[in-house]
Amino acid sequence: MPSNALELYFPFLLQIAIAFVLAAGLVGASAVLGKRLKNKVKDMPYECGMTPAGDARHSFGVKFYLVGMLFILFDIEAIFLFPWVVVFRQLGLLAFFSMLVFVLLILTGFFYIWKKGALDWGKFNPDELKG
Amino acid sequence: MGEIMAHPYFVPLLTGAAIIALFPLVAGYLVLVERKVLADMQTRLGPMRTGPHGFLQPIADALKLLLKEDTIPDEADRRIFWIAPVIAAITALAALGFIPFGAGIVVADVNVGVLAVAAMSSVGIIGVILGGWSSNSHYSLLGSLRSAAQLVSYEVALALGLLGGVMAAGSLSMVAAVERQQQQQLWGVFDNYGLMIVSFMIYFIASTAETNRAPFDLPEAESELVAGYMTEYSGFRWALFFLAEYAAMCVVAGVAVTLFFGGWLRPFASVAFLEGPLNVGVPVTVFGVSGIGSLYLVRRLKLLHQRFVLLAVGLFLIVCAALFLVPPVAASLAGPFWFFFKLSLLIYSMIWIRGTFPRLRYDQLMNFGWHYLIPLGMLMLLVHAVVGVARG
Repeated sequence: MPSNALELYFPFLLQIAIAFVLAAGLVGASAVLGKRLKNKVKDMPYECGMTPAGDARHSFGVKFYLVGMLFILFDIEAIFLFPWVVVFRQLGLLAFFSMLVFVLLILTGFFYIWKKGALDWGKFNPDELKG
Repeated sequence: MGEIMAHPYFVPLLTGAAIIALFPLVAGYLVLVERKVLADMQTRLGPMRTGPHGFLQPIADALKLLLKEDTIPDEADRRIFWIAPVIAAITALAALGFIPFGAGIVVADVNVGVLAVAAMSSVGIIGVILGGWSSNSHYSLLGSLRSAAQLVSYEVALALGLLGGVMAAGSLSMVAAVERQQQQQLWGVFDNYGLMIVSFMIYFIASTAETNRAPFDLPEAESELVAGYMTEYSGFRWALFFLAEYAAMCVVAGVAVTLFFGGWLRPFASVAFLEGPLNVGVPVTVFGVSGIGSLYLVRRLKLLHQRFVLLAVGLFLIVCAALFLVPPVAASLAGPFWFFFKLSLLIYSMIWIRGTFPRLRYDQLMNFGWHYLIPLGMLMLLVHAVVGVARG
């Protein structure tokens, strides 16, 4: 048997390598097999047949950054909980109350950002459609 | 030969190679099944032309995609454009390596299996984002931004649902999770007096969103964003994104089967007298009935080559049924059979959901994730902890 925990990943690494060969090989094969007819119009960004409206890489809504930051906070929280849920039966009440405080703190923060409107993605207002 | 087979890496490497070699075919047939099931739900026939009842459609599609022109838009960032679908496909295929398909049939039984699967699928998101960004098209960029926001939002809900499953399993190792369900004589989903089913529902909804499946298919909403992050992709690069999506479906369903539905265990695994009916009777019935059904349909087909294909399929299914009548073979195949049986039920329900629910609006999607799934997930975590500590 493999002697340490990291050796268990060896077949997995080989699987990644095989998967890479498969994926890259298939793309390569299609590049070789498929014929190429270059054409200026064909190589333009697709915008339903219209002339592309300029470069696509411009600034976008700050909301997306906010979601990214909130994700990092909450995902770290979830990762922090993983070790505890594995052994919470053995650790008993002390660990339970410690984690209860931790989760309640996170929940307080969660309701704070909720009330601050960080999670609102625009209210749907039927009247706007009429005007 | 015996020496090679006794090597500890033999089964993992064989499993890994089998996954990579077979998965493109499996994904192709999943697409066919999905099209057929959706067609049936909408009273259509679905693909019928290529092979009997469209049976050869995946092979025709794969050949067509291989021979397609491999276009890269002028404005695109070529290297990132090239690597993005490869990242998506590799991570999804690699995550399959942590899932035990049967007793001992697993590529890497690591002690943090659940976490490793979650990590691999998170890396897969990068492929989607890079693909949309590098295309330099408005549709792709919008699609990939939406995708990023949606995937990271539901990733939290997914993790909270998984935490529930891990609480039932008492281990992050997938194999240990199944073994514990065997000891408890209870599937994870019914644990904690049935409360675990809420965690499973959170996990299942979040995983539907994670795999960009309807009704959460906003990133590729074809009615408004053409195809979202895949707009500029064609030929086999596009097929790799497709492969990744179906591999991700199998991964999330496989994790759900392992943590919540007893993995490779048959139903009522502790009831000895059901061994015969469930481990032999059910597979023989499933394969036998579909085999005989195929043979029956052969007579109705008009074209000779279609008859041959369906005859071969029918005979293959009957041989599969016969295999389960041989006791030693049946004993080793029963585990994988039950795993894939449960997996297909879950994947069927994902297709069913796609056929039933209309697509959400973007604000509804984000509100549902942040205002309902995440608070509910945290609440369930505390409830499970109280119940778990109280039971000791």
